[in-house]
Amino acid sequence: MNTAQAMMAGMEAEARTDDVTDQFLTFVLAGEHYGVDILRVQEIRGWSQVTHIPNTPEYIHGVLNLRGTIVPIVDLRMRFGIERIANSRTTVIVVLRVTQGERQRTIGLVVDAVSDVCNVGDSERKPAPDFGASAQTEFISGMAAIDDKMVILLDVDRLFHSDELAVVDAAAGSRRSG
Amino acid sequence: MTIDLAQFHEMFFQESAEALDTMEQTLLQITEGTVEKEQIDTIFRVAHSIKGGSATFGFTGIASFTHTIETLLDLVRTGRIGITPNEMDLLLRSVDVMREMLSAEQYKRPLDEQAVADLQDSVKAVIARSSGAAPTPVPAPAAVEPGSSVPVPAAPAPAAAPGAERWRIGFRPGENLLARGNDPLRIFRELSRLGEMSVRVDAAGLPPLAQLDPHRCYLNWNLELAGPREREALDQVFDWIGDDADIRIDAPVIDAPVTPAAPRAEGSAVAPKPAPEPMPAAAAQPAPVAPAAVKAPETRAAGGEAPKAAPSESTSIRVSIEKIDELINTVGELVITQSMLSQLMVNMDGPQSEELRNGLGHLERQMRALQESVMRVRMLPISFVFNRFPRMVRDLSQKLGKKVELRMTGEQTELDKTVLEKIGDPLVHLVRNSIDHGIETVEGRRVVGKPEAGTIHLNAYHKGGNIIVEVIDDGAGLNRERILAKARERGLIGPDEELSDDRIYNLIFQPGFSTAEQVTDVSGRGVGMDVVRRNIMELGGNVQIFSNADHGSTVRIRLPLTLAILDGQLVRVGREVYVIPLVSIVETIQIRREQINSVAGGRAELLRLREECIPILRLYQLFEVEADTTELDDGLLTIVESDGQRMGIFVDELQAQQQVVIKSLETNFRQLTGISGATMLGDGRVALILDVPGLISLFESREKQARDDRQAAVRHAA
Repeated sequence: MNTAQAMMAGMEAEARTDDVTDQFLTFVLAGEHYGVDILRVQEIRGWSQVTHIPNTPEYIHGVLNLRGTIVPIVDLRMRFGIERIANSRTTVIVVLRVTQGERQRTIGLVVDAVSDVCNVGDSERKPAPDFGASAQTEFISGMAAIDDKMVILLDVDRLFHSDELAVVDAAAGSRRSG
Repeated sequence: MTIDLAQFHEMFFQESAEALDTMEQTLLQITEGTVEKEQIDTIFRVAHSIKGGSATFGFTGIASFTHTIETLLDLVRTGRIGITPNEMDLLLRSVDVMREMLSAEQYKRPLDEQAVADLQDSVKAVIARSSGAAPTPVPAPAAVEPGSSVPVPAAPAPAAAPGAERWRIGFRPGENLLARGNDPLRIFRELSRLGEMSVRVDAAGLPPLAQLDPHRCYLNWNLELAGPREREALDQVFDWIGDDADIRIDAPVIDAPVTPAAPRAEGSAVAPKPAPEPMPAAAAQPAPVAPAAVKAPETRAAGGEAPKAAPSESTSIRVSIEKIDELINTVGELVITQSMLSQLMVNMDGPQSEELRNGLGHLERQMRALQESVMRVRMLPISFVFNRFPRMVRDLSQKLGKKVELRMTGEQTELDKTVLEKIGDPLVHLVRNSIDHGIETVEGRRVVGKPEAGTIHLNAYHKGGNIIVEVIDDGAGLNRERILAKARERGLIGPDEELSDDRIYNLIFQPGFSTAEQVTDVSGRGVGMDVVRRNIMELGGNVQIFSNADHGSTVRIRLPLTLAILDGQLVRVGREVYVIPLVSIVETIQIRREQINSVAGGRAELLRLREECIPILRLYQLFEVEADTTELDDGLLTIVESDGQRMGIFVDELQAQQQVVIKSLETNFRQLTGISGATMLGDGRVALILDVPGLISLFESREKQARDDRQAAVRHAA
């Protein structure tokens, strides 16, 4: 089979897989696999020194200069209540575009490592299990089994929406009055 | 054809607002009695284009109102009424009303319909008076018989000699001609100025009355115009109509001696004149009046209302502020990249390093030039703010019965648009104050031997990277004794305390401070000067006041040229670098242990410095970072001031002083107390810019909380 035929076959195979597929960027955090909608990912960059921001929750790692804009960096381990570890060679920052109300913002996530880009069809996508009140699940948009791995699909907009984690608190309660 | 006109609304509102500004300014330039043709044409053009635009977009209220104004202006234009203070007042008020109507449409706000109607009525009254015997012009639907041709003899048109060329013009307007605010009658009038003209109406297209839509134009006209005119003159008249009509201009035929421009109505077909036919301006200018409109044809340019007349059209373009900001951003990035390269070069050796270094040197200079010119794009002359004052001074001095002359200099001084927008209100306040408190009454001035009219001088100029704006009046000056008395009464100073003049004058910036004996609706409520000062401080500037009894006072405002760049002092605390705005720094000193007083059991520290006690803020504590040292005599203390309040910020080290490009933290994050923004350092790292007033209030609230906690602990223990 020549190359062109192989390509055709590959494309057909892809077309057959599912009617509606979304692509997800998956990454690893403390051994677990997570996925975010790839259309929200602006870029992936190596870890670099951030500037500490005073008087912010611990999971706000700091801010970074991303080609002229100041981007807040969130330590996802801290955000999920997982113990912080030293940065390794695979530690990266996934830069996402997040919609909050009418505003678009850019936010970086520190994760242990990125792994892959996966197609997830509607049929493979399972709703998030109900953990009861003990766990926050509103930022989980679903689960998907990919190659024997369970991938937790994140809704990035909600990840930064819940009250206690109002990273991008539009009201900015601390705004000075005068 | 249906186009979504809404997409043009924004542009219409913007242009109308600017046009109204022009109208107002032009009105104010008119000195009583003598109206320059140029001026009235400008004003007329504004009214006309707003009318046209609003009719197009279906803002019928505005269209109707501007139509009335236009009628009045037309009377002025034709010399039938002069501009007396009364008309001036009406026109100025009309500008306000039109502004309000436009913003009501723009922001979907409620409108005071009554006020609009009242003003419109008084304008109509003026029109009616001047028209004298002529039928009430507005609205007079049946005033014009479209059937009767309008014989408009251009009385002295010298060109219309016997044997002249005659243009034949077929004018077939589209149905929407009227709805777009065009008025055939005015076109005819304009044409009649070019030479002798006869008009014939073709009413064949007129539907039965029952089916008639009064907003549509069903009539066609055939015109004959004598006079060897340039074709261009004709085109100019029709220019305004654009694509709304089918206009056919036939080459002139050489005619035998002129046939008198007798009415040649195609009578019978049109005789049953449909009553509701609106013909907006035609109604306003009834046919019998028309001849009068051409009294002085030579003095008028044919294309008086053609948009081409605006001379500055091609010299500027309208660009959205986002595009400019994007450009500024990119240039800012370039500057950082360039400085990174320069830093790399420092440790570079080799045969070609010298050339590279030269190249980088060039790059640096060019970058700086580029950055400067990009910044200048955002700059606008301060006249944008100054222009509102002639009107204000006029109104206010009338109201207070004072005579005030306004002088403005340095209107072309440029500053950043953002600063410009925020400086308006404080300046309004200062000018109001000057008129109300500063300038004396006419009698008062006569008594002290000053000219009856007081002078307020607005002055702007650049000085060392800042812009200085001064409000100077030649009034009575600040009353030193009264301010002192008031301050004692309010307990701001001790009963026996003596202050320097400077400090006394500064007292008027205290919240709630007013020495006005009477609270008027102009000023005197004591909200004001403190707000003025706060607004200016928020822009990173400061305000000073000088006064000379009986000779007047001067308020001097110093502002940064732009909010995009800041002169900063870099300070280091541990691994972090912060930027303190230079304008808030008083001095930086090394201190000795014995200068420090500990109070409240060592929880608060005060520095004794030249008879003053300054609280010390340990930045590493407040920001929870690791510092090199926690010993006060090992580091440095940067004394900052805000609102007259001083504080010492304890840092490890001072670094360079430099201009930094301010970046917002809010874009992707949120606002933080004590931090006004961030900037990029030469190595690409982010440094936070400290906001001194915020820092002070943050520090104080922390201190207070600590105090409360301690008290609670004490109570608990007890």
